[in-house]
Amino acid sequence: MSAPIIKIDAISKSFGTFKVLDGLSMQVMPREKLALIGPSGSGKTTILRILMTLERIDSGHIQIDGEQLYHMERNGQLLPADERHLARMRQKIGMVFQLFNLFPHKSVIDNVTLAPILTKGMPRAAAEKRAMELLDMVGMADKAKAMPAQLSGGQKQRVAIARALALQPRIMLFDEVTSALDPELVEEVLNVLWRLCSETDMTMLLVTHEMGFAHDFADRVLFFDRGKIVEEGKPDEIFRNPKQERTQAFLKKIIAAGHRV
Amino acid sequence: MGRRGQDYNRKTLENSNFMTQWSGYFGLILQGALVTIELTLMGSVLALIMAFLAGLGRLSRFFAIRALATAYIEFFRGTSIFVQLFWAYFVLPFVGISLTPLQAGVLALGLNVGAYGAEVVRGAIQSIGREQYEACIAVNLGRWQAMRHVILPQALLVMLPTFGNNAIELLKATAVVSLISLTDLTFQAQVVRSQTGNTLVPFTTILVIYFALALIISWGVRSLERRMARGLDGVRV
Ligand SMILES: Nc1ncnc2c1ncn2[C@@H]1O[C@H](COP(=O)(O)OP(=O)(O)OP(=O)(O)O)[C@@H](O)[C@H]1O
Ligand SMILES: [Mg+2]
Repeated sequence: MSAPIIKIDAISKSFGTFKVLDGLSMQVMPREKLALIGPSGSGKTTILRILMTLERIDSGHIQIDGEQLYHMERNGQLLPADERHLARMRQKIGMVFQLFNLFPHKSVIDNVTLAPILTKGMPRAAAEKRAMELLDMVGMADKAKAMPAQLSGGQKQRVAIARALALQPRIMLFDEVTSALDPELVEEVLNVLWRLCSETDMTMLLVTHEMGFAHDFADRVLFFDRGKIVEEGKPDEIFRNPKQERTQAFLKKIIAAGHRV
Repeated sequence: MGRRGQDYNRKTLENSNFMTQWSGYFGLILQGALVTIELTLMGSVLALIMAFLAGLGRLSRFFAIRALATAYIEFFRGTSIFVQLFWAYFVLPFVGISLTPLQAGVLALGLNVGAYGAEVVRGAIQSIGREQYEACIAVNLGRWQAMRHVILPQALLVMLPTFGNNAIELLKATAVVSLISLTDLTFQAQVVRSQTGNTLVPFTTILVIYFALALIISWGVRSLERRMARGLDGVRV
């Protein structure tokens, strides 16, 4: 057995007096495809944001690929991470947001090439060649020169995925990447996720309300409630035969709301 | 012919006298306009530099830089442009810095308007949504890279209309330099008035010229704005 690529060890996180995560621990193996499900406010987004260093933790430890994320080891001592350490750790992680967060003043291809050119010192020509391959993979090559405002939500999200992929992260975080889309545009984004899932060996963490997709996509499903993992297991176990009452109630509600499982 | 012809001849004669007499004075006023334009351009450049320095300084991580930027902004917004100009021209020589009237004018105007501009820069940067900063972190841009390539280009568009207003304020404020005998529009108008005894013509002329210059500034800023906004709103480029 290899070592976990993400090791979360007893982390806590509060917003003001509200404790979102309270001593959460979990591990993710390399290449694993993980689906995080659970009711609104259960802390799913917070976990992804913490892994992307958009949110700091109050206590606990996180290891990415065997290295501390929020701490630096100096002479056997753990110190808080500085900006340089964080920047090095971020190279391993990419994130796609619910609302795309494209750079509106840059064309599609410039959105994709900006970071590789700036952070990896890639020559522009090489970055553009790579960007076109990625845009081709997400079916957006013909829109390379377009501005984000000219695209549909589904197209924007596919560009956002290409932008994250351009940095070749080992871990990709997807936070409800289809929930801001019109129903008829969901499919095109899920197809891209499906390709990434079956054709790459990236570790993927997916927060979603698309239970049918989570079922097919995930190696393992985690059900969260109030910042805790209530139940985890293979998709079949969680979706067909949930053991915990809270999981059952959640899935029942989701099905009643019209999501297919 | 007859009376009407004589009348006509007398009038053209008066007109041509009038023209030769006044064309010299208009020449003076035109020279003044050039000085005013020069002052406005150079003052605006200094104001722009100060606005970005102090505006970014206000957002610095370092307390000392924030304090310095705040002190500059509050001081120059809290004191009169007249006093600042007199200080630059009459007081600085006592500490060994003698400035020409033009230099003193550019300095006072640039620093004064720059202090207002700094708040515009700060506000525009803060108006850019948190999600843009987060996207920058997610693609691992450094703080300055994010500022330079993502935040500032978007903030610039927000700043532009107010910068246009500031430039017009600066143009209007240039009139104060006539007090340190810099031969700008207002100064020349006073010269013409004292030499001709006519108040209406010189002051109406410079009123129109100031207004025309202000129109040019707002037109220039608006077309710059249109150019920069292209593509941002989904309109085909
Ligand atoms: N910046 C913040 N300030 C204050 N409270 C926050 C902040 N971010 C999140 N919270 C709170 O933390 C809790 C967990 O939020 P989080 O976004 O992680 O939930 P979620 O599981 O992603 O929910 P959803 O399914 O609605 O996206 C919520 O109660 C939320 O209101
Ligand atoms: Mg969420």
